[in-house]
Amino acid sequence: MISWRSTWAIYTRELMRFLRTAFQSVLAPVLTTSLYFIVFGAAIGGRMPDLGGVDYGAFIIPGLLMLTLLGETTSNSSFGIYMPRFTGTIYELLSAPVGVAETLIGFVGAAMTKSLILATIILVTARLFVDYSIAHPLLAVFYIMLVAAAFSLFGFILGIWADNFEKLGIIPLLFLTPLTFLGGTFYSIDMLPKPWDTIALANPIVYLVSGLRWTFYGSSDVNIWISFAITLGFLAICVAVIAYIFRTGWRLRA
Amino acid sequence: MDSILELSGLSKVYPGGLKALDNVDLAIRKGEIFALLGPNGAGKTTLIGAVCGLVRASSGTIRAFGHDLQNDWRKARSRIGLVPQELSTDMFEPVHRAVSYSRGLFGLAPDKKRIEEILRSLSLWEKRDERIMALSGGMKRRVLIAKALAHEPDLLFLDEPTAGVDVELRKGMWAIIDEMRSRGVTIILTTHYIEEAEMMADRVGIINRGKLLMVDEKDAMMARLGRTEAHIWLAEPLPVLPPEIARFPVELEQGGRSICYRGGDGTGKGKAEVAELTKALIRAGIDYTGIDTRESSLEDIFVSLLGDEEVAA
Repeated sequence: MISWRSTWAIYTRELMRFLRTAFQSVLAPVLTTSLYFIVFGAAIGGRMPDLGGVDYGAFIIPGLLMLTLLGETTSNSSFGIYMPRFTGTIYELLSAPVGVAETLIGFVGAAMTKSLILATIILVTARLFVDYSIAHPLLAVFYIMLVAAAFSLFGFILGIWADNFEKLGIIPLLFLTPLTFLGGTFYSIDMLPKPWDTIALANPIVYLVSGLRWTFYGSSDVNIWISFAITLGFLAICVAVIAYIFRTGWRLRA
Repeated sequence: MDSILELSGLSKVYPGGLKALDNVDLAIRKGEIFALLGPNGAGKTTLIGAVCGLVRASSGTIRAFGHDLQNDWRKARSRIGLVPQELSTDMFEPVHRAVSYSRGLFGLAPDKKRIEEILRSLSLWEKRDERIMALSGGMKRRVLIAKALAHEPDLLFLDEPTAGVDVELRKGMWAIIDEMRSRGVTIILTTHYIEEAEMMADRVGIINRGKLLMVDEKDAMMARLGRTEAHIWLAEPLPVLPPEIARFPVELEQGGRSICYRGGDGTGKGKAEVAELTKALIRAGIDYTGIDTRESSLEDIFVSLLGDEEVAA
């Protein structure tokens, strides 16, 4: 049976860690988002045509949100589990009567909460630069939570896999950020010449950006259900990997 | 007496092939202080890790409070506390929050009064709002003890609790351990300081290369393996020992200028026999100028056992 007190202890502690660096955690995404809107929204966006009937400045909002969401969620979650391993404080978690459920709900729940706070900040910041409305707000919140959950789990796996700080940073830096940039954050896949429009569909981030864009504007590069299916599939793979890690104790127990 | 922890055939082989635990059988009794002694790399920390869930045993069983740790680990672990060897804690957290977190992690409801009691008993109450990073090494170690006590464990592992701690703090730590024992907490202690085990422990286990060489009551171990050694310096050298002296376990040393006695059993029998020996020397008209006696310590026994094992290996 799940111990909710243990879960709450892990969750609140992780959030406290986030609040310790709240200034940096909040300021960084606000600044980055503002810069993107100044460069791509105001400077370049004015010369861009509407995409699918959506103003270019508004068009890039879901992509920018996804860019921050994927990066922050993955790094928050990976640091959350890597640091106890690095400092040795993981002993307390491993010796406590907590299992995979408490650990995941605690760590991943905290990472998701942080991501939702950041998403809210980004959307509020975007509103200062661009006028936009969300076509399916509940679905958008649900989709953001789903992506946050999937990438929190992914970050958790990364934090267990990494045995040094370089490895911890290499996946977000070398894979996640480039794939997000190439995943239709700033453009529609339809704008790409052949065969790049087809090749781009091999990038899984395309489906995430596209899915979120659909919840905002009701149209996107790929079918919304494919986006949901891919996000859920990724989530399921992450859960299976974590279940394996806890069953075998890989990189957790000697 | 009731056993609250039973290890049976416990072995651990690390992926590189190192056998850290080799078929260990051990039963810990309720309320005792058990000292696990062994040199570096003997398997002490691996044994603790196996019980506390940090190390996956290769084979064998562990039962704590009647629960099998493989299948019923939640119930067992909720009653076990661990103070690790390394000063591992979130250095940015204030003391009281770190201790409260430990209580919550073990599934207990917040209890400010209990946390205050623990912090006061470890002289940490005045430091409750300070970040752990600002505390001295001794105080950090106390924080780890407070965290381990926060969920009120019945069995506490102290892995080298006084390592790197100065003499005064070490004595303070002994007082804390004594106080925990008086509250009924069973304590398993690993230490390099034999003196510590000699002072604190009810029973002692000696481990080397993953094998538990001996487990016994400390006093029984001292009685069984302890010795008295006495050197008596003679006023005049003796060519041979007269029969009334030779009946003692003695031999002549330094060209007959001293007599060496080795005997007894660690219970005081040796001292009494040395007294008899000195009387016998006077009766035999043999004068002496000095006597030096010493009882073998737990350390001598420990070194001797490890030495025997080296020879056997």
